[in-house]
Amino acid sequence: MNNLSVIEKIKGNTLSKTLIYITLFLLFWIIIYMNLELLTNSLVYNVLGLNPEEHLTQAIWFFIFEVPKVLLLLTLIVFGIGIIRTYFSPERTRKLLGGKKTFAGNILASLLGVVTPFCSCSAIPLFLGFIEGGVPLGVTFSFLIAAPMINEVALILLFGLFGWETALLYMTTGLLIAILAGTIIGKLGLEKFVEDWVYKTKAADIEQEEEKLSFNDRIQLGITAVKEIVSKVWIYIVIGILVGAGIHGYVPENFMASFMGKSAWWSVPSAVLLGIPMYSNAAGIIPIVQALLAKGASLGTVLAFMMAVIGLSLPEMIILKKVLKIQMIFIFIGIMAIGITVVGYLFNLLY
Amino acid sequence: MLKIKVLGPGCKNCVDLEHLCSEVIAENGIEASIEKITDYKEIMEHGILRTPGLIINDKIISSGKIPVKATLTHWFMNALAEAE
Repeated sequence: MNNLSVIEKIKGNTLSKTLIYITLFLLFWIIIYMNLELLTNSLVYNVLGLNPEEHLTQAIWFFIFEVPKVLLLLTLIVFGIGIIRTYFSPERTRKLLGGKKTFAGNILASLLGVVTPFCSCSAIPLFLGFIEGGVPLGVTFSFLIAAPMINEVALILLFGLFGWETALLYMTTGLLIAILAGTIIGKLGLEKFVEDWVYKTKAADIEQEEEKLSFNDRIQLGITAVKEIVSKVWIYIVIGILVGAGIHGYVPENFMASFMGKSAWWSVPSAVLLGIPMYSNAAGIIPIVQALLAKGASLGTVLAFMMAVIGLSLPEMIILKKVLKIQMIFIFIGIMAIGITVVGYLFNLLY
Repeated sequence: MLKIKVLGPGCKNCVDLEHLCSEVIAENGIEASIEKITDYKEIMEHGILRTPGLIINDKIISSGKIPVKATLTHWFMNALAEAE
């Protein structure tokens, strides 16, 4: 008891301090972000004294400007989402989704999939816990499809490198796939393809106390999220931008156009087929996306490839095999592949 | 005597938590048994949604995170006091 009160005292004291730090950080952030172009210009042209006409200068400029820009965006958004996520937990989400049958359940599940925090090794325990807690199969799938696919890192990178329209379209179509795939799985009545023991097992009714978090705790958790995610993905971002900078003016633009461009109708399905067995997290795929796009591949084809890599993977299927029968896994892959292909064609049509 | 259970399929986080538990027990001379539960069915039966899960004397103490050492020690001490 003594221990606890000491901890609480420390936390109480630092709240105002934390707020000051956060405000200072935000001010610093805004000042840097607003003046990034100016700073880059003076560094490249004045300090380094490079010739603006040269390809190499343009590549260097692009790199020096984009790396801090994307890292700044990443830090702010991950911090914000980190704080939002402290208000959600799988336990609470399960309660919200229990017994929800219809389309509305799938929509809610997909949205909750975006904000509920869990790591990838928790996917199966979550699946089992949801089913056991009375969440319908289709609704559970909507949740599990949306969670990895709509990822803040992917969104920030798309926003930073290709603009907000692309990021928004990616998010919307990702949600649509999760909602529709879950709805179809629910309608097909595939419960028989879930391993028998799943529906027979009853969870022990063990009490778990809800954590009470102070605002200060939530901010601390936001900072932890920034540390964790930024330290994991910064290298992919630097590589991605390096690829982008290297391509800036060097590689012939239409290198990929003949086989991943808009005119090749088969490019979308083959990109999906190629992406299914591959696995990478959202950050790791971005350098590849950069390279493909810059060499003339069309946006729809590349996004379809990206979604297939992130949303479906061989190792994931092997783990799923422990709780789902093989027919269910094939149906799942089939529905996802069709959905992603449609999205690919849609993007190619729109851009 | 504490009955500690660490639940998780065997990813890095679960292994780390198990090590941390052993460490705290050894350092504080706590009498305890640590059981590692990796089977999905058993994890489900224990009502764990997020791994790694930590159960002390049949009570879920935490799930989905690795506590810092001081917090874990604190939990162990609390459980010991409760058991008495």
